[in-house]
Amino acid sequence: MSMQLEESPTTDGEVVNNYTINFGPQHPAAHGVLRMVMELDGEIIERVDPHVGLLHRGTEKLIEHKTYLQALPYFDRLDYCSPLCQEHSYVLAIEKLLNLEVPERAQYLRVLFAELTRISNHMLNMGAHVLDVGAFTPNLWIMDLREDCMNFFERASGARMHSAWFRPGGVHQDVPEKLLVDIGEWLDNRFFQLFDDAMSLVIDNRIFKQRNVDIAVVSRDDAVAWGFSGPMIRAAGIPWDLRKSQPYDVYDRMDFDIPVGTNSDCYDRFMVRVNEIRQSARIIRQCLAEIPQGPIASDDGKVSPPKRGAMKQSMESLIHHFKLYTEGFHVPAGEVYVATESPKGEFGVYLVSDGTNKPYRCKIRPTAFSHLQAMDMMCKGHMLPDATAILGAIDVVFGECDR
Amino acid sequence: MAVLHSAPKFATNDGVREALVSALGDAVLSSSEDHGEIILTVKRDMIVDVLTTLRDDHAYQQMMEIAGVDFPERAERFEVVYMLLSLTKNHRIMIKLSTDEVTPVPSITDLWPNAGWLEREVFDLYGVLFAGNNDLRRILTDYGFEGHPFRKDFPLTGYTELRYSEEEKRVVYEPVELAQDLRQFDFLSPWEGTEYTLPGDEKAEGPPEVDKPKVTEKPADTGAGPKAEKLADDKVSPEAPAMKDSGEQEDDA
Repeated sequence: MSMQLEESPTTDGEVVNNYTINFGPQHPAAHGVLRMVMELDGEIIERVDPHVGLLHRGTEKLIEHKTYLQALPYFDRLDYCSPLCQEHSYVLAIEKLLNLEVPERAQYLRVLFAELTRISNHMLNMGAHVLDVGAFTPNLWIMDLREDCMNFFERASGARMHSAWFRPGGVHQDVPEKLLVDIGEWLDNRFFQLFDDAMSLVIDNRIFKQRNVDIAVVSRDDAVAWGFSGPMIRAAGIPWDLRKSQPYDVYDRMDFDIPVGTNSDCYDRFMVRVNEIRQSARIIRQCLAEIPQGPIASDDGKVSPPKRGAMKQSMESLIHHFKLYTEGFHVPAGEVYVATESPKGEFGVYLVSDGTNKPYRCKIRPTAFSHLQAMDMMCKGHMLPDATAILGAIDVVFGECDR
Repeated sequence: MAVLHSAPKFATNDGVREALVSALGDAVLSSSEDHGEIILTVKRDMIVDVLTTLRDDHAYQQMMEIAGVDFPERAERFEVVYMLLSLTKNHRIMIKLSTDEVTPVPSITDLWPNAGWLEREVFDLYGVLFAGNNDLRRILTDYGFEGHPFRKDFPLTGYTELRYSEEEKRVVYEPVELAQDLRQFDFLSPWEGTEYTLPGDEKAEGPPEVDKPKVTEKPADTGAGPKAEKLADDKVSPEAPAMKDSGEQEDDA
């Protein structure tokens, strides 16, 4: 952080207390490449001007130059802490334009892995949040659990982070039965022991509460007006969860609760996430119990590739595969806005199709944009170290914010 | 059409479009309801009134997103799309307007504070101006960036690239230099009508001109030419010269 004292012309060259500092872009508590120009009065924040876009890669422009299938892996790289949830919005948007039916097993698998992603995302965020306010150990413990989630992703898709596993019409490959068994055993025998241990260090900790309770209180009206979503709006006491209110895939069959906060401060945001993890575990258990056997991708040959075995025997299947992975599939003209509940909030995809094999426009609605924009409103009057707690409670990832 | 997909299901669209169109009166230019999405195209100058009405009288409390879209072939090339969400009615609609490079769109920052950054983004990437947004700086692109990168006529590679220069000990900006042209393959099937000419097709402008159309009613009309000599049908003589060669080397030396 650099510091500069401002001389005011009205005080005859006397140095006044107000000064401007640069928070970031290389600051461990900035959670990536966030630069905040802060105006401080002593240690009190008077004004914050977040500068985003340092990680802008032009994803939306790149997507316009790729076929629908080629554009999918970009979504892993937006919010790289919850890759599968980003893919979810995108494949649902394509399916909505195509009006494509997804087999039941694929829907269950998607929900199951979206919830695993939610757990792994919250592990990272909560670990970083407690680290930002001074606790070290819990981060190490729950990072171990995140590692377990990564291993599950790897066993399903072959990649730890950038899975590209959700596909229009289903998922890329079926999972081995043993993986489903192992996820169940992990929840029963390992997850909650470690997680509860880590949380026992944090949630009633005096220092943690001093750093988070009553920090950045946002009223219900403000939360709605600023376009908050996800844990940020739930912490304000509004039970709004897209999985519940606008269910997609098989979320309407799942039995889970929406945790809400009462005080709408950073502590509530943290606690909403803690309880969301328990609800995610409930959803995963239901998925494991109910998941049917069957196909994992749509049988519509226009979007789904042929079976590998068929390709070895039949020339037509080989041509089919070749056409699908070069030309891709055509999506009927039209436009949709599809938003799902990513771990961070409402992650939306506005997809405009002109009937060809490439999206005409793909606007991505990042969750962090609205939340970060409210930094000024939330930080005003708080101390400088509170900014890190507020930032941690927003759960911001710049791959997604800057796109 | 029956809904087969499993995308998010919000409250029913039944009657919503008619109700909103009649409530907004002549501000609405057109409305559509495709793929389960209600889209109202409204007059640009009345966007603030329209959104105020929707927020206050029709319970669309949240404005989640503003998207810009570029259609270079239109007179007013840009579309600005506002995604509204009603938390109480559990419903989503899109409001759309169009504008060009110079005509500003009234800002809605007074209605929703989070419109500020979203308008900045549309301005940054498309160059759409918003009248009344008093903080219309660039947001996603680099400090000092020129141009509006998401316009369809802006190249994917951009115009400048930057690198760290070891000599100057700083980051330098240079014009983009590609060792090889950016490859854009078009995999659209040529049978389904491409917009470009295939290599070789440029020689023929339109179909070839003929005096009279070819028919195949008589063998003479087919254009196959005169009949071949009858003798050509005969078998090749067994005494053909090639067969005579025994393969033995002739004694020249």
